[in-house]
Amino acid sequence: MAEVKLLGAWGSPFSRRVEMALKLKGVEYEYIEEDLADKSPLLLKCNPIHKKVPVLLHNGKTIAESLVILEYIDETWKTNPIFPEDPYDKAMARFWAKFLDDTCMPAIWKIMWSKENQREKAIEEAIQHLKTLENELKDKKFFGGETIGLVDIVANFIGFWLGAVQEASGMELVNKENFPVLCRWIDEYVNCSVVKQNLPPRDELIAFLQPRFSASSWKY
Amino acid sequence: MASDQVTLLDLWASPFGMRVRLALAEKGVKYEYSEQDLVNKSALLLQMNPVHKKIPVLVHNGKPVCESLIIVQYIDEAWKDKAPLLPSDPYQRAQSRFWADFVDKKIYDLGRKIWTEKGEDQEAAKKGFIDSLKLLEGELGDKPYFGGETIGYVDIALVPFYTWFYAYETTGNFNIEAECPKMIAYCKRCLQKETVSKSLEDPKKVYDFVVMLRKKFGLE
Repeated sequence: MAEVKLLGAWGSPFSRRVEMALKLKGVEYEYIEEDLADKSPLLLKCNPIHKKVPVLLHNGKTIAESLVILEYIDETWKTNPIFPEDPYDKAMARFWAKFLDDTCMPAIWKIMWSKENQREKAIEEAIQHLKTLENELKDKKFFGGETIGLVDIVANFIGFWLGAVQEASGMELVNKENFPVLCRWIDEYVNCSVVKQNLPPRDELIAFLQPRFSASSWKY
Repeated sequence: MASDQVTLLDLWASPFGMRVRLALAEKGVKYEYSEQDLVNKSALLLQMNPVHKKIPVLVHNGKPVCESLIIVQYIDEAWKDKAPLLPSDPYQRAQSRFWADFVDKKIYDLGRKIWTEKGEDQEAAKKGFIDSLKLLEGELGDKPYFGGETIGYVDIALVPFYTWFYAYETTGNFNIEAECPKMIAYCKRCLQKETVSKSLEDPKKVYDFVVMLRKKFGLE
């Protein structure tokens, strides 16, 4: 019997992505919550290089980095594929996943950490990237087409965390007027059963994020 | 396939571009090399990579693939009958992806800081760079290549940066071989392969390029 464990953190979108993929494929796993302020010996042993979550343990072997884990999961458990079959379509899915992680997400976080005089520019940059993302979606139901795929899973930050960040900070980056297509996707996405089961409780997430924005340096 | 049209939009000194050249060489794929001017970007580049406007871009039968490691994986999958670049076992593939991602996260950024920063920032970058190379040496172990007996995905991700080592050493005033002899021995071993030696640029030429960039950015 294959043994699957996941070291994760309840509020981490990276950790929740992996859970979504495992649940989508019907893989039984043991979840181990990590305290990122006080990292366990197990986490430090399983991910000595980056010391981060998520880490997947499968039959005693460890895999770190959420995108690497998602590829591994899709190659190991063939039910409900997350990646497209065709090499070109697969390359496109990888491209947009990387765009989300390396370009979109950092731009959004930059707004949160920027000084007041740089905030305008940071917001403009984030909006530009979100527009690029929205253009990729066009009239598809999901980035993956009729069903959720890799890019939808990786975009969980946009699908759910962004809303919580907006409410915790009082700043509205995305709304139905300026991002009608993205908001339509967000509605579909959070109502999707496999997604719904793998989101942290919204109130708890907002409560967790709020102290970061109540510091006097943040005014919006 | 005889009817394949393959073009590579690239810049001669780019280690990311060299990764793609090396992957194509390993697979024996014939392609047209198109040197790009990154100061005055061509209409073709802007059309093929509208999101990032960067090189390398592989254009295969008119369809563009961007981001060097995504291109390398695409090459492996599109020309799968020869010289596999990734292992066949999912766990080994995950390890290869993890270490290639590690190279992406560490080597380029820290290397760049070495030739663009001064004082404490430069010292910190040098230390981080050497620490990262030592971790890679640990992963290599006694194997001739990261791919085992033959060149693989991690080798392709890493070895092009060897062409920039001389530039890092000269601008940073340190000796990489003294700290990481195993890494240098490994790089020289790779260069004995024809596919590698014909895909990588001369480190002295790369250094002249870096000197030119430093003058341009007012760092000299």
